[in-house]
Amino acid sequence: MSATELTPPSTSPVDATSAPARGTRGFARRLVAPKRLLVSAAVSAAVAAVLVTVLANSAFAQDVAPEPLSAADKFTQNTNLMWIVVGAALVMFMQAGFALLEVGFVRAKNGAHTMAMNIAVFGTGATGFFLTGYALMFGGYYVKVPGFDWGYDHALGSALIGSGKWVFLWKGGWALTGGKFAASGAVLGFFLYMLAFMDTAATIPTGAMAERWKFKSFVLWGFFCGALYYPLFGAWTWGGGWLSQLGNSWNLGQGYTDFAGSGVVHAVGGVAALTGAIVLGPRIGKYTKDGKSRGIPGHSIALAGAGTLILMFGWFGFNAGSTLQIADGQFGLVAANTGISAALGCIGGMFWVWKRTGKPDPGMIMNGLLAGLVAITAPCAFVDPWAAAVIGLIAGVLVVEAVFFVDHRLHIDDPVGAVGVHFVNGIWGVLAVGIFASGKYGVDAFGTGLGWNSTTTHLDSAGSATGVTGILYGGTGWGQLGAQAIGAATIIIVMGGFSFAFFKLSNLLFKGGIRSTAEDEIAGLDVPEMGVFAYPDFVGTGESYADDESPSKVPYGD
Amino acid sequence: MVHLVTAVIKPFKLEEVKDALKAIGVLGVTVSEVKGTGRQGGHTETYRGSEYVVEFLPKVRLDILCDTAETDTVIDTIATAARTGKIGDGKIWATAVDRVVRVRTNERDLEAL
Repeated sequence: MSATELTPPSTSPVDATSAPARGTRGFARRLVAPKRLLVSAAVSAAVAAVLVTVLANSAFAQDVAPEPLSAADKFTQNTNLMWIVVGAALVMFMQAGFALLEVGFVRAKNGAHTMAMNIAVFGTGATGFFLTGYALMFGGYYVKVPGFDWGYDHALGSALIGSGKWVFLWKGGWALTGGKFAASGAVLGFFLYMLAFMDTAATIPTGAMAERWKFKSFVLWGFFCGALYYPLFGAWTWGGGWLSQLGNSWNLGQGYTDFAGSGVVHAVGGVAALTGAIVLGPRIGKYTKDGKSRGIPGHSIALAGAGTLILMFGWFGFNAGSTLQIADGQFGLVAANTGISAALGCIGGMFWVWKRTGKPDPGMIMNGLLAGLVAITAPCAFVDPWAAAVIGLIAGVLVVEAVFFVDHRLHIDDPVGAVGVHFVNGIWGVLAVGIFASGKYGVDAFGTGLGWNSTTTHLDSAGSATGVTGILYGGTGWGQLGAQAIGAATIIIVMGGFSFAFFKLSNLLFKGGIRSTAEDEIAGLDVPEMGVFAYPDFVGTGESYADDESPSKVPYGD
Repeated sequence: MVHLVTAVIKPFKLEEVKDALKAIGVLGVTVSEVKGTGRQGGHTETYRGSEYVVEFLPKVRLDILCDTAETDTVIDTIATAARTGKIGDGKIWATAVDRVVRVRTNERDLEAL
């Protein structure tokens, strides 16, 4: 990592407007900050001393002698890189939150199976993302900062499908091979951060599909999601593909704008959870013959609650870390907005379910809090705190209604509420950018006048560059809302279709389909699938449902 | 002659019943956590917006071997201590026991208590 700042500076001209994919995780703009911002960075002098020592010992051979950086600039660059790596670790810890949440929400007899999915998905997804996913998503990504080179001054690859403003996939750097990777801590730190985001998307379906999903099929999903599914929409947005270029191509605001991934991560994962749950069908005993939904209580509200709070903790890496630089003090607003929206989502969910059912269901308090987090993830850098509160409150109400609608009306069985939390509120977050964005942030990338997506300059009526602007802040907001709506529709239709096709095709290819046998499901998947009980020292509670109408039509119980 | 007194009571009454039995000199009680349904019935709850029925409620079961002559005393003691006056307080019954053996010493019947 210490080699970051020593990569030779770019000699290619800075041509902002013609660049097809210019640093389009667009907020990665100014990697070296004014020193006054540095002062505010929360980094101790001890860390500084260590970094300087590391830097001093990190010289390596190079073809072109770099322009020397001052010690302060080196320190700033590496502090920014540290923010990314720390953010990656925080986001990865969210996997522990997902694991506990999902295990708590399932019955004890499926505890080992659900936990195993939440661990294995990191391995399978990360392997896919390492081999092909990163190249497809970020092959066209680069960040050029005049005067300073953090090792990401050129795109690693080129367009694989499409060109110009209409790129659909990239290539370059399969399995992190190629000259740039070895030399660049910046690229690798960024890779790690993006890997953690992919993991979040990949693990969302494991909740909605829990208690009845064959482990074999789940393993295939992990590879597929990391290698192709997640990178597809990612390439279109953060990788510099066609959605991020909508400001250029169709004059829609700054193009599809998603700060930390309400859409890219949560709605994309959530729509797969939805289609996966549809293909699997409901758990045995979930719906009675006359179509009434039964509550199937999870076995540990305590685990689920701990998981919820761990998710919130990691979320500050997810959102605040997405400034990608500690020198961008915007992370303070981002973190505050994240906390505010989570709080309002929490009480929104709590009061709404209280009103609807008579009791403040703990599971829905958790879902409400998470819904607030999901919804603020796209707009968190662009909105004022009052808007974060409104977005969160709406999210809390929305998640309760969504869970009820999916369960009672659509009869889609989602044991943990993943569809309501991640899909519905992911879409809500995407749209909220086009409504509440204040125009204060995303004004001037790299000092080149380009906006947040680094694809276009957004001008107000007086001809001055403005940040990402929603409809509440000006006429141009309708273009931004349009770009957000196109992004949302793309997730629902294209990614929904893609994931539905994947699960349907898997269902045909796997012997006996992707759903466990009725016998295994009734016994609990722990022993038939995994060979181990989650709780071997306790007597399991089997149950039977005399009037069940299960899709499998296999007799069970007595 | 030995009788077996079996009582099914509300779980939170266990301590009081145990203390009352100790006070009248009962030396041994076997306690099990059980579930059951009776006139109290179950109740319906809502989980994530969907109803589910708790049909079997948790109870505690006590098994006490005693001298037949003391059976009514034991029964009265349990009933008094376990009573709340609300539905679901439980039941007590007694059955005659053919044979009792103390495993350690092979003593029989009353000597085995």
